[in-house]
Amino acid sequence: MEILVCARRVPDTSENEIQLNRAGNDIERDELVYSINEPDNYAVEEALQIVARTGGTVTVATVGGEDDEEILRREMAMGANQGVLITDDAFSGSDGRGIATILKSFVERGHYDLVLTGVQAEDGGARVGGMLAALLDYPFASLVTSIEVLDGQKLKIAREIEGGNKEISEIDLPCVLSIQTGINEPRYVGMRGIRQVASVPIPTFGASDLGIGACAVGEAAAKVKRVDYFVPALGKGAEILRGTREENIDKVLELVAAKGGLK
Amino acid sequence: MRAFSVLIVGVSPNFVMPGLSGSAGPIYNIITDYAATIVFLCMVIAVIRRLVFKPARYAVPAKYGKAHTADAIFLLSLIAILMVADSLFAAARAAAPLQAGHLVDPLAAFSLPWMLQKALASTSVATLGTIYFAAYLLHELTFYFLLCYRPFGIQFHVETSLFNIYFAKLDREILKPVRYGVSDEHLDQVKSFGVKTFEDFTWKHMLDFYSCADCGRCSDNCPANAVGRPLSPRFLTIKARDYSFQHYSILGSVNNGTALIGGKDSPGIYSEDEIWSCTTCGACEAECPLLVEYIDKIVDLRRGMIDDGNVPQSLQKPLKALESRGNPYGKMEKKKADWANAKEFQQVCRVKTLDKNNGADTLYFVDSITSYDDRMQSIGRATANILNHVGENFGILGAAERDSGHEVRRFGEETLFMALRDHNVDAIQASGVQRIVTADPHAYNALKHDYKDVPPVEHISQLIAREVKAGKIKFNPIPNENSVYAYHDPCYLGRHNQIYDDPRDVLDAIPGMNRVEMTRSRDRSFCCGGGGLMLFYEPKEDQRMGVKRVEMAAEAGANVMVTACPFCMVNIEDAIKVAGLEGKMTAIDLAELVDQQIAREAPEDDLKQIKTENNSVEVERGNSSLRKKSA
Repeated sequence: MEILVCARRVPDTSENEIQLNRAGNDIERDELVYSINEPDNYAVEEALQIVARTGGTVTVATVGGEDDEEILRREMAMGANQGVLITDDAFSGSDGRGIATILKSFVERGHYDLVLTGVQAEDGGARVGGMLAALLDYPFASLVTSIEVLDGQKLKIAREIEGGNKEISEIDLPCVLSIQTGINEPRYVGMRGIRQVASVPIPTFGASDLGIGACAVGEAAAKVKRVDYFVPALGKGAEILRGTREENIDKVLELVAAKGGLK
Repeated sequence: MRAFSVLIVGVSPNFVMPGLSGSAGPIYNIITDYAATIVFLCMVIAVIRRLVFKPARYAVPAKYGKAHTADAIFLLSLIAILMVADSLFAAARAAAPLQAGHLVDPLAAFSLPWMLQKALASTSVATLGTIYFAAYLLHELTFYFLLCYRPFGIQFHVETSLFNIYFAKLDREILKPVRYGVSDEHLDQVKSFGVKTFEDFTWKHMLDFYSCADCGRCSDNCPANAVGRPLSPRFLTIKARDYSFQHYSILGSVNNGTALIGGKDSPGIYSEDEIWSCTTCGACEAECPLLVEYIDKIVDLRRGMIDDGNVPQSLQKPLKALESRGNPYGKMEKKKADWANAKEFQQVCRVKTLDKNNGADTLYFVDSITSYDDRMQSIGRATANILNHVGENFGILGAAERDSGHEVRRFGEETLFMALRDHNVDAIQASGVQRIVTADPHAYNALKHDYKDVPPVEHISQLIAREVKAGKIKFNPIPNENSVYAYHDPCYLGRHNQIYDDPRDVLDAIPGMNRVEMTRSRDRSFCCGGGGLMLFYEPKEDQRMGVKRVEMAAEAGANVMVTACPFCMVNIEDAIKVAGLEGKMTAIDLAELVDQQIAREAPEDDLKQIKTENNSVEVERGNSSLRKKSA
């Protein structure tokens, strides 16, 4: 099975203190460290596991700039066969639909049976996966938590639905799936692995390679524009129980029960 | 010698070993008579011990395989038969001429041959001849069967242990490199890191497997085993030995089926949790009479798992953060010196951050946990206060300091460790310091043994002990007469670096110090639960190591546990809460205690001297412990 995983490089939320810049229209990016968007990493791991069972290749693609090569190398160290950087000045400022349009052109150039995306980018809004499927006219399932290859034509997938329940569906290939974290346990990628793929060439594709007109993507074509960033005001502090241990236990039980946590 | 002479006697009945024909002969015979008797009795005792008393240590939990009792009894019996046959041979040989009225050299009184000879006193010469011949045959057959059988039985360690001790690693404190003979620069060319299959073990480690006497001392002392983690060092060895026999069996084909480390779906001889459960405390190695190495094997197995990407999710985040931020918490580099820059503290003790314009003689290497953890920052401030008090011209690296990488290396991530180490070595060399001091035994061990080309390093307890002896540090008496202190030896200060006395000397120098020793102290100290990345690992265990340790301190009658390691502090303070001993037990770091107790009324001229020596350090009088103020 030929699998394409669309990945993105985002500021690592666990290793940064996210602050607004002075102008208040973006976050302070000077000292940020970046990493692969976490759900995308699960998608790559899932692709690798599928390929290990059924054969095939895994390609990881990202729309971005030179800096984004870093995550492609990381995913190649993980086991992906190829990393592809889709980059062009004309792409900058694209909204979700713009990114989906770029990816659509790339998907159409290859023969992918399955396209995976993370459930959402940590700094995004879960927009691209669904739109990419729609533009390609492929079936789409979101929040996928397990994948089983039935035959060459179909997948059996589980989706997470409200309340932790699971919905099992069959979906025709080719399709687009957005992968939820927890679907697997991604393998560790150490510095050594990344070094070993450090000199593997990464093909790049620009707007002309993909036949994308400048008016379809980029800032000019974006129909969703960010107008502001704000940090919500801190809410009221937590309730501190100041009784004896027994009293506190009773009170906690009462509070949890009142919220429906105990049945 | 006896075996050879008996063999030759089979051909030439009157053969006597050269040198034993004179007066030495009877003495030699008496010695062998008694030796045979003692060995026979020992075998009987060993069999009874195995079958009747069954020491708990010999038990083999079902999860670790089957006991080797049958093989043990078989081998003990063979030796016992050998002794009986030899004695019977000697008895029959002595009894025959006696019956004929000849005088012979007497057998050793009350020895096994002597008793058998008495029993044979009235036996006919013809029967004696038969017994003589039968005993001879039995002795020879048993002897040569035993020789052939030994490499396949559990007793092979008797032979291999000689070589094992001879070839034992001399520099135990230095971790095994990824591959002997391959320098760091050439490591990229090594295809596979660590141990993934049995054949990846070094020949010495394989010799370890054969040399283990299966005595169980390692597991009796292993803290992971004591709290029910799925690790027992003894079975790490025994399972590998059993595996090697199955893997390369004498009969049948070579079995390459079983993996060394099992996964979710594939069985292996070790489980992943087993390999991650080790805190590398070194208790097993300190105890092993045959010098079997464990830490190197554990680290090599981890290197193999890391290389395959097989790392618990709980460890992936901190490892990633170490890669991008240089500390496992993912905190910003620029906040590394925040502990020292708090305004309140700066008024008492100014800590320089070393750079091009700010030099110093001594570097205080703080390391990640003391820099970033709110509680442990107090240890950092106490250490700075002490350095300040003794007039040390010191500074810190601040944002330029990365994690020492001590646990990174021991968790098998060699490449990441090398990156952290190289960064720190560059920063330390650039700072131009002559000495390094640290209050973190893990950093101490890394700087001392894992790093090269850095100035000499000292743990703060060594510096304090020296300054106490020199009279530069004087103490106020302990304020609370009811405090009973117990010192907990951190593994990487004690067992790994033999610093046992300095911290104790410091404590004993404080007037009014009431100190008790826990039963398990010094080289038998019990690990608190492990430091560094071990804090992120979620082990399967019945109990926390720290809880056991805190209970040991309570048993010794202590109500204050003193340690000299920030990781011990994390584990012990948590354990006090878990054990429900809050209010009855407290924990304090040696540096914190010293900082609290220092008598700061230094003579005027001393003060002046310090001031002139070091302009940037302002010496203040009075108690400067911030922790006390904020507590």
